[in-house]
Parts: sequence; structure tokens; C-alpha cells
Amino acid sequence: MSDLLDAFALGVRAMFTYQAIFFALLAIGLNVHFGYTGLLNFGQIAFAMLGGFGIAISVSKWGLPFWAGVLVGLLAAVVLALLLGLPTLRLRADYLAIVTIAAAEALRLLFRSVSATPITNSTLGISAFNGGFLRLSPWGTSGRYNILGTRWNGGELWVITVGWTLVILTSVLVFLLMRSPWGRVLRAVREDEDAARALGKNVYSYKMQSLVLGGLFGALGGMVYAVGTGSAQPDQYQNANTFLAYGALILGGAATVLGPIIGAMLLWFIIAFSDSALSALLSDDRTFFGLFQINEVFSQTDVAYARFIIIGLGIMFLMIFRPQGIIGDRREVMLDAR
Amino acid sequence: MPADPKPTGATASGAGTSGAGAPGSGYHPGAQGSFQSGDAPRRLAQAALKDLPWEIGVAKPDPAVVVDGVTRTFGGLTAVSVDHLEIQRGGITGLIGPNGAGKTTLFNLLTGFDQPDTGTWSFDGKSLGKLSPHQVARLGVVRTFQLTKALSRLSVLQNMLLGAQDQRGEGFFRALVPGIWRGEEKANTEKAMDLLRRFKLDAKKDDFAGTLSGGQRKLLEMARALMSDPQVVMLDEPMAGVNPALTQSLLGHVKDLREQGMTVIFVEHDMDVVRDISDWVVVMAAGRIIAEGPPESISQNRAVVDAYLGAHHDAPLTVEEEDKVLAQAEREIAREENAEGEILSSEKDEPRRTER
Repeated sequence: MSDLLDAFALGVRAMFTYQAIFFALLAIGLNVHFGYTGLLNFGQIAFAMLGGFGIAISVSKWGLPFWAGVLVGLLAAVVLALLLGLPTLRLRADYLAIVTIAAAEALRLLFRSVSATPITNSTLGISAFNGGFLRLSPWGTSGRYNILGTRWNGGELWVITVGWTLVILTSVLVFLLMRSPWGRVLRAVREDEDAARALGKNVYSYKMQSLVLGGLFGALGGMVYAVGTGSAQPDQYQNANTFLAYGALILGGAATVLGPIIGAMLLWFIIAFSDSALSALLSDDRTFFGLFQINEVFSQTDVAYARFIIIGLGIMFLMIFRPQGIIGDRREVMLDAR
Repeated sequence: MPADPKPTGATASGAGTSGAGAPGSGYHPGAQGSFQSGDAPRRLAQAALKDLPWEIGVAKPDPAVVVDGVTRTFGGLTAVSVDHLEIQRGGITGLIGPNGAGKTTLFNLLTGFDQPDTGTWSFDGKSLGKLSPHQVARLGVVRTFQLTKALSRLSVLQNMLLGAQDQRGEGFFRALVPGIWRGEEKANTEKAMDLLRRFKLDAKKDDFAGTLSGGQRKLLEMARALMSDPQVVMLDEPMAGVNPALTQSLLGHVKDLREQGMTVIFVEHDMDVVRDISDWVVVMAAGRIIAEGPPESISQNRAVVDAYLGAHHDAPLTVEEEDKVLAQAEREIAREENAEGEILSSEKDEPRRTER
């Protein structure tokens, strides 16, 4: 029982880590793309990678100050959004999906290629670039702190403080935008592009604005992740993360302001809780109702995979019993069945 | 203004307006619900078109939309090939024709949803060629769709508010400062509610548009188009799939548009409806305009009857129609055997008509 309580505490702690912030920001961006505008961006991780590497390269290769790195990362995300959007946003929704998924993979492979070594250090990645960020911390970054029974080190605490501030600020921005006439046009574009055009809305321009905005949120997520881990390696930015972020978005509820945040927190709770709960289950020689020993059929190495199986099952059951996500509006989702 | 000399079907429909259009009469303070002032524009259009010859491409006294040499081909198929067409301002022009005649394609071309291979077309003398759909809409030419495009997961009121043009709150940065757009939004909401009341949708304003019935969606789409204060309204089959009771009210609304001085172009299959409300009817078949004239002229037109009954054997026919076609064919065969001269003359007759 105490094992389970410990696992629960670890799960709760995971809800606030920089990984959760990373996915929350990715999902907030995807929410703007997919939830509000209906754009299928399957390469959100590319924006995050440009954000992370924007800081890493600017600081450690070009010797720029930290804030300049942030600007470089955001600028790179804007450029990527424009490059992806210009050719595809005039076409059907599928084309953006194809192009983004390819671009995310191509960018990662480019960054890890040998020829990119002078800039990105190839597969080794860049590290030790977050000093400028940690120096801004109002408290000591090397100390350890106990908060409500969970342990954090100072640097981590500083990263998540800034990270959650970013999450709140971006959510407020999304909230303000989506209740304005601008957000109404985005939703009209999601429902029917031609109808929006017939009502005099420049659909192409709105889709582009949405792509850039969501991409910027993704880049912010990548930055939090990069300063959180203290390193930027191309292989951290596998495109599977995009789909986990989609999972978080759907879990929480698409087209809601808080949905992506709740989804990302829950995602990390499930990952961390099942990780430690399953490990605890395997640690002593427990049996399955006296039939066989659990750790004979299920080893410690399986735990990492089992977590994602649990998440997959969770999303499946959610889709069956609560398709609108945790805080979505059921009526809104059921309309599609018509 | 000369009084209308002949009591045509169109005039008889005027009585229908006062009944069906009654909910609308309260809306316009300018019209005061008075029959005379509200009726004036329609009579103007009808009177102006009265003396025109019933021929294809005839010049109208005051055209709002002018189409010149527009063609659109899909591969080898010529979907639209219109030499010259003028649409009278302030009138209701019906566009009819069998399935696949190119009516909707012509609509798409006129509103920028499709680009023609050749040709020019203009609205109020401004060329609409190379304009994208939203630019056309901003000029005051709005359209509805054959398959209704209600924005399902937006409320009815939000649907309406989207119709308003030049909203300050639709810019990204201005959207962030509610003070800039709140006043405008309020005015638009009032206007939207007025229109919704007129279309009897005000009770549904907070429902998702996706929960509306098919007929209500048609009403919503029309009301939404009116939010932009358009000058030309293009309705693509406004009555399709609507129950007869609602058809009457929709008809009333379409007539209302004309009373307000808007130019209405609509595609419709129901000939009773067309006869009832149109000032002028344009008939298309196989991409071409085959006849044009006031509604009463159309049923007498040989080319139109051919287009509907003769040219399309594969169209589903009722038993009676089938018998009629069969009888006609038999008669023609008999005639062919007896007197060839007559056939030749009628064949000569037709190309001359379609050439115009």
C-alpha cells in the first residue's frame, strides 16, 4: 500500500515537471491548429526542435546572450510555419499533414547528419547552454527543496516556474483570441472553408496566422524542454512526441482552453504513476492470485512499454465513453455523427 | 410608371408576398410594411424587362452583372460556355436547366470559387475576373450553397455574426483588445437578432447550427448572407429539400430581398417556384444558355422543352412523360417518312437560336 502511495506521489510530481510543460505547450499549439482551425499539423515537434536548438546554437555556437537565443528560436519557428504553410494551405487539409510529418522527420535527420556537426554537434547534441537562464533564477539553483513531500532541485524549480508561467500566458492569449471575432473566423474555417470564403473571410491568411501562432507555442515548449534537460539532441525530438501531444489534447478535450493543459498533466501522471506502480509490483515476489509470480512473465524492462499501452488503452476507452475529452462539450462532438 | 398590362403569374404572386412575407414587413422601418413602397422595386424590374425581346444575350436596361464569353472546361467536357448574359439590377433572375447544365459551375465562376478558361464578367462595371471568393464577397456579391454550409459547431448567432463584413475584431492584434471591437460586436449582434427574428430563428440563437433541420439551415444560410448587406445575392437551390410550408416562407424572404433593392440570382428546379417569383428566367443546358425571357415565355420555348425532355434520354421519366416522349418520337418518324421538308426547316431553326 505504501508503494502505491509513493507511486501516486511520484505521479503527482510528474504532473508539474518540465516534461509535462513541454507537452502542454505542444498541445496548446496543436489546439490552435487542430482544435480551433482544423489544421492537421503532424510535425509539431519540428517547431519545438527549432525552439530548443535556437537557444542551444545561439548561445553555445554563436555566443549570443540567452534572450537572443529565444528570439532566434521563435523566429525560426515563424519561418518554418511560413515555409510549410505557403505551398500547402491553399490545398486540402491532407497536404499540410503530409508536409508537416515529412518536414519534422527531415529536419531531425538534417540536424543529426554528419555534415551538420559544426552547428548542431550531430547526434551528440549541444549542452551547457542554459547557464544564462539559470543565472536569472531568484533562488540558488544547486540547492534541494522540499515542497509538499516532493523533492525538487533549484534549477528544476526555476525551469518549471518559468514554464508554467508560459503555459498560463499562452492559455490566456488563446482564451482572449478565441472569444474574439478573430477566433470565430478560425472556427468557421474549421467547420467549412468555402462557407467562410463566401462570407468574405480570407481563409488562407487566417490559416497562416493560426499555423504561425501554434508553431510559436510549440517552439516555446521546445525551449522549456531544452533548458530543462540542459541539452539539445536531435533524437530527443522524435515525431512520436507530436502524437503524444495529440493524445494529451484529445485526452483533455480539443477546442477548449484548459483541455491541452489538463491532458498533458494527466498524461504525465499516468506515465509516472504506472511506471512506479508497476515497478513496485515487480520488486517483491508477488503472485497473481497465487497462480504464478508476476515478475516471471513481466520483467522490469517491459514497464517502459506497458506505460504507453496503458495510455493507449486509456485514450481508447475515452474515445468510446467520453469522446469529447475530459472537459470538452459532448454536444459539440456528437454533431459530427450527423 | 406604366401599369402592368397583363396579369401574369408574376403579378399573381404579389398577393402571395403579402401573406408569406408578413413576418418580414415589420423589420424594415423604411418600408413601413406598406405594400406600395415595398412593391415598387419589383415592379420597376418587371416593367423594365417587359418590352425586351425574348432572346439570348439581350441587353438589359440596367445590368448589375454582365458575363462575356465565359467558358470552363473540365477535361473534354465543356461545363459552361456563356457568350453574353446580363442580369437586371433589382430583379429576381431564375437560372434553370436540367442536371449537369452548368448552373452551379456558372455560380462558382461568378463568385470566384472557380476560374474560367476564358471570358470576363463584371459587377457594377468592376471586373470580377481573378478575384478570390472572399474578395468577390466583399464587393457585395454573396452566395449560398446547394448543399447547405451551416457551420455546425458554431451557434446560430455566431454563424450570423460571421456574415458581417469589415469587422475590426477580426484582425489578430486588434482581437486582443476587446475595447476596440466590443461596440461593433454589439451592433452586429442586434442586427443579427433582427434578421433571426425575421427568419424565425431567434429562439435557436444559442443552439449549435448543426442541430437545425435542413430547412432551418437554408434559412440560416440566407440570413447569414444578408448580414453583409449584399447587393447581389446568389442562391443555389434555396428550396431543395425544404418542406412545402417552409418553401412558402423562403419564397417570401426571397421576394423581400428584391423589395429591398437587392439583385437576386437563383438556381431552382421547381418550375412553380420559378414562375412564382422570377422577373426573368435564364435556361441553361449542356453549359450553354438556350433561352432567356420572362417566366411565362419559358414553357412555350421549344429549345427548353427539348432540353428537358428530348436531349436527355437517360433522365428518369414518369410513365406519362415516357409515353409522351414515345408518342412524339413516333410522330416524328411518321413525319420523316411522309414530308422531309418540314424536318429540315425545324432543324435549321434551332441552331440559329442557340447561336445567339
